[in-house]
Amino acid sequence: MANLLNLVQNETIKVWKKRRFAVVLLILLILIPVFVYAQMKIAQNSAQKFKGDWRAELQTQITDNTRALGSDRIPEEWKKWRRALVQQLQYYLDHDINPRTPNAVTFTRGFMDNAVTLFIPLMVLAIASDLVSSERSSGTVKMLLTRPVRRWRILLSKLVTLTLYVSLIIVATVLLCYLISGLVFGYRGWGEPVFIGFQVSGADVNTSGVHAVPQVIYVLMQAGLAWFASMVVAILALMVSVLVRSTAASFVTMMAAIIAGAILTNMASSWHSAKYLFNVNLELTSYLQGTPPPIEGMTLGFSLAVLAVWAAAGLVVSFGVFTKQDILN
Amino acid sequence: MRDQTSHHRETVLSVQGVKKKIGGKPIIKGVSFDVRAGEIFGFLGPNGSGKTTTIRMLVDLIKPTEGRILVCGEDVNRTPERALRHVGCIVENPEMYGYLTGWENLEHFARMQEGITHERIREVVETVGMDMRIHDKVKTYSLGMRQRLGIAQALLGKPKLLILDEPTNGLDPLGIKELREFIRQLADGGMSLFISSHLLSEIQLMCDRVAIIARGEVIAVGDVDELVSQADTYTVWQLDKPEEGHAMLAADPEVRLVKETEHRIDEALLAGMPGAIITVMDEDRIAERVRRFVEAGIGVRTVQRVAPSLEELFLRLTEGERIG
Repeated sequence: MANLLNLVQNETIKVWKKRRFAVVLLILLILIPVFVYAQMKIAQNSAQKFKGDWRAELQTQITDNTRALGSDRIPEEWKKWRRALVQQLQYYLDHDINPRTPNAVTFTRGFMDNAVTLFIPLMVLAIASDLVSSERSSGTVKMLLTRPVRRWRILLSKLVTLTLYVSLIIVATVLLCYLISGLVFGYRGWGEPVFIGFQVSGADVNTSGVHAVPQVIYVLMQAGLAWFASMVVAILALMVSVLVRSTAASFVTMMAAIIAGAILTNMASSWHSAKYLFNVNLELTSYLQGTPPPIEGMTLGFSLAVLAVWAAAGLVVSFGVFTKQDILN
Repeated sequence: MRDQTSHHRETVLSVQGVKKKIGGKPIIKGVSFDVRAGEIFGFLGPNGSGKTTTIRMLVDLIKPTEGRILVCGEDVNRTPERALRHVGCIVENPEMYGYLTGWENLEHFARMQEGITHERIREVVETVGMDMRIHDKVKTYSLGMRQRLGIAQALLGKPKLLILDEPTNGLDPLGIKELREFIRQLADGGMSLFISSHLLSEIQLMCDRVAIIARGEVIAVGDVDELVSQADTYTVWQLDKPEEGHAMLAADPEVRLVKETEHRIDEALLAGMPGAIITVMDEDRIAERVRRFVEAGIGVRTVQRVAPSLEELFLRLTEGERIG
């Protein structure tokens, strides 16, 4: 019986030679400079306005948001979010720390926060969506499954390969972000303090657990959470790829689920049971930031648990179906 | 060539009472046969008779609802990792990874089985004669090249049983001839071959024994020549005075005339023979009849023996079943 390492080597070569990872890198190389440019424009604007006085900038932001809180036309959920934001900004101001010094690490931090729900999952799907379905649509599955290897080992080798590439995507995103934005903003900022541990409870932000961590630690934590969320997306995509023969159908299904999650999250829904859906739990990094969760009662632990259950179910279905299904065409 | 001692050789593939239902519908209603070491075994049936489904069951792509399939004594569906070690196969088209080169494809499949060295890969590449283009991407290959690569892949693990599903599909006549010789060589080397086809002539040219499948059931297993002799071979006459010749043949007690609606000879063949008279008669009597025609002043343009078609054989076999 061929050992698992050989099978993983096979799968890794196939993904690589299909140039899937090259496409991911290319997307990053094109999009990150775009965001860097946008960020640079924002920085230039505020530099003009506040002449480099970040305290004044922060104060203006706090005043703006507080004023918005008085308005009747703003829905209660948004007010809650703004109230939390105001309290956080106030906390930074009180401790005399600039939450947005323009440097490469801060940019990376901001990028990861925004990328975790849509951008990174999209890149993961580029690799995960056709892992099994492409073998079926091209007919190579008939060669693959008629070799003296148990089917579960073949799927396991695909899963290991997927984990490898998901990890690579996260590492590549962080590294490219840092390297590209550093050209403009400078490569400093590793040790800058970031506050974590804001707890949103009801209308208030509980700051009793707040403590500062170096920004580099914060980015690592983000990367870890993004990896977890991406792995869940990858495993579910693998499942869809087992169930659906067409790569396009498999990609569209997963993409629809993820976009639906992003929309549901923004609806600040009063539909409470929606919090058990995997796609509204993907924004794990927001728990670090301390922004109010999309649905009340969601915590980091809760989201991790929900995602873990979805992933486990996805694996059970993938392996169950893949090892039993008849290959009819 | 048709080896009589093959009856005493070990059984490489044993299919025992296999049935398959798909979506509640019985697709395969009972298939049993044995393939022995070193024989070329044909699997003959029209399209849609359950040939491909059966082949897929032989290599664990489909699990049978009932029955067992053993390769060298190992159950294919229960311990595929052991049974399939002895099997090389191409199911339908030889589909390989188009974005890899031929060599990379072979390396890929070599890694899936223990003990296949680079030396062995070079060997099979040489065997199928494609050393020239082996480092090109497979998507640039012609169908014939893909077929060769597929066979190379199937041979990697030195299988005892090679399964080829309609191997002559898409090959030109020369390619078919080469393939036939190649298959014979493999069998002479002790390998068993299982070859499916919907053409009786192909099976006749290639195989020692045959199983015939129709509507999901094996209706006959046996020596190819014996089975074929059960159906009539036609003798087709073309004469310069067709009416008189027809009358003579009709009066002959040793000759049976076949009406136009009864025979199943290929239309394309008859199109080139206007006024052909189709008969069934003993081969040994032909020379005698030619002499009589000449004596009666009737010129003989052509006499042709036409082998029965698969359809013919089916009719005969299923007829026998009904009578018996």
